[in-house]
Amino acid sequence: MESEVLKVEKFGAYFGDTQILKYINLSIPENMVTAIMGPSGCGKTTLIRCVNRMHELITGARVEGRILLCGEDVYKTNPILVRRKVGMVFQKPNPFPTMSIYDNVIAGYKLNGIRLGRGELDRIVEESLQRAALWDEVKDSVHRKGTFLSGGQQQRLCIARALAMNPEVLLLDEPTSALDPKATSRIEELIIELKEYVTIVLVTHNIAQAARVSDLTAFLYLGELVEFGPSEKLFTVPEDKRTEEYLTGKFG
Amino acid sequence: MTSRRKSLNSGNPGAALVAAEAAFTRGLYAVAIFVVVLLTAILVTLLIGSRESLGTIGLGFLYGKTWDPVSSEFGALPFLVGTLLTSFLALGISLPFSIAIAVFLGEYFREGALSSFLRSAIDLLAGIPSVIYGFWGLFVLVPLVRSLQLKLGVPPFGVGILTSSLVLSIMIVPYSAALGREVIQLVPSDLKEAALSMGATRSEVIWKVVLPYARSGIFAGVLLSLGRALGETMAVTMVIGNSNFLPRGIFSPANTMASLIANEFAEATEPLYVSSLVEIGLLLFIVTTLVNIIGRQIIKRTAVEV
Ligand SMILES: Nc1ncnc2c1ncn2[C@@H]1O[C@H](COP(=O)(O)OP(=O)(O)OP(=O)(O)O)[C@@H](O)[C@H]1O
Ligand SMILES: [Mg+2]
Repeated sequence: MESEVLKVEKFGAYFGDTQILKYINLSIPENMVTAIMGPSGCGKTTLIRCVNRMHELITGARVEGRILLCGEDVYKTNPILVRRKVGMVFQKPNPFPTMSIYDNVIAGYKLNGIRLGRGELDRIVEESLQRAALWDEVKDSVHRKGTFLSGGQQQRLCIARALAMNPEVLLLDEPTSALDPKATSRIEELIIELKEYVTIVLVTHNIAQAARVSDLTAFLYLGELVEFGPSEKLFTVPEDKRTEEYLTGKFG
Repeated sequence: MTSRRKSLNSGNPGAALVAAEAAFTRGLYAVAIFVVVLLTAILVTLLIGSRESLGTIGLGFLYGKTWDPVSSEFGALPFLVGTLLTSFLALGISLPFSIAIAVFLGEYFREGALSSFLRSAIDLLAGIPSVIYGFWGLFVLVPLVRSLQLKLGVPPFGVGILTSSLVLSIMIVPYSAALGREVIQLVPSDLKEAALSMGATRSEVIWKVVLPYARSGIFAGVLLSLGRALGETMAVTMVIGNSNFLPRGIFSPANTMASLIANEFAEATEPLYVSSLVEIGLLLFIVTTLVNIIGRQIIKRTAVEV
């Protein structure tokens, strides 16, 4: 495998006494889209929330094993530094309603108290919005509140906000589940374009979506990693019976 | 079974139900209108009561600096200044505390024994009769302020603007803290998660996401507090020094509109004197109404559109 950005090793996660993830091993290579699939409740969200150490914010949550980001154990690094290097986009678009579009994009810097010059900020805002394919639509209204944007535009704003911090990895948790088909395909195109800049982990329920945008797919079932490999292969000739059943809609 | 189905109109409660509904609606209207009538009646009473002073003194009443019943000279400025100064100072002193309490209860300790204990303590604070606050101010704060004044080398009155503001600030904390807690609890958790996922610390989330989102609700609490402070009578009367001169600073004894009325109404006999006191009441009514109207505008402007 090529250089891997993210490596999950013998990883387990718990809510109190309930084990949610069991002995997960995953190697996610640079500049690729890795889809994480599996039936509801199998631990997809939990897995990506463990990458940026959001899981541990819930009382009673704990983890075991290692997750390496660019070779460094995230659980031996200050969580704040980890989160700055890992962007996250949620299921429901959640731009900050009190901030302008401009301020939303640089929210990561503002929140972390990082001061930059005006020119630098302007450059980051333009570049991030360009990459999130939103610039053309909002370039004349960046100083307005983002609340007038459509759901799809708000989600792209959230992607721009994550990209602005120049993350190594972008975690997307069902980013299109609250969007209409048109906005969804816009985001899918965007995901493919973004590979160039950032490694992407995409949680999705949508098999067609995973097939369209991902290079690799991981199939989780009841907290276990059942199968992981090139999407083409996993979708056409799955090795495991459970994967096949999931793909043919036997459960899910 | 079709044959057993009853006609839609069988057992029609019809007319009776409609009449009851109409009566209920009328009742609601009546109560709502009654409130407006009451408000107007109070305003009219104040206007009639202050007719004499409005006619004799006119606008000079507003900027007159002297209040001397003996020579029938009546100016409201000292009390207007005294009221606004004590209230806004109290607001300034209480605000950091009430916001801190609101954040503590709305964000850090939403439930649990500590939280419910603190919440009841704050509710109790709101329930203490103001005369008790006055006593406490007189016995505890007055000596404290006096020793501060001695250290600073200003006349050691003890009573005055600062002392009243301190008492008021404690009295109004519950109002803004309770409302602040509620609006802080309403801040959507996905916004906080988004901020945390970008590497913000908990306090950064509070300063940059939670408080901006909750600001209009927090301001509504502040307005409630301010209304309470402007009208407070008993506790202020006991510690302000009842001096009818324009206050020279925050250490100076002064008087507020509410306190002046309470103190002098019983002894006022001369018609112009009585009428001037009623006009002070009218002024207080207008000031509180204005504060409310302006405040509501600010709340509207700062509200977060989602
Ligand atoms: N805060 C929590 N406390 C306790 N258990 C939780 C919590 N959040 C999730 N779980 C449990 O953890 C398991 C995995 O949840 P997770 O959200 O990771 O699933 P998911 O694969 O993302 O599901 P979905 O596709 O529905 O989003 C579920 O069984 C869920 O009930
Ligand atoms: Mg999920």
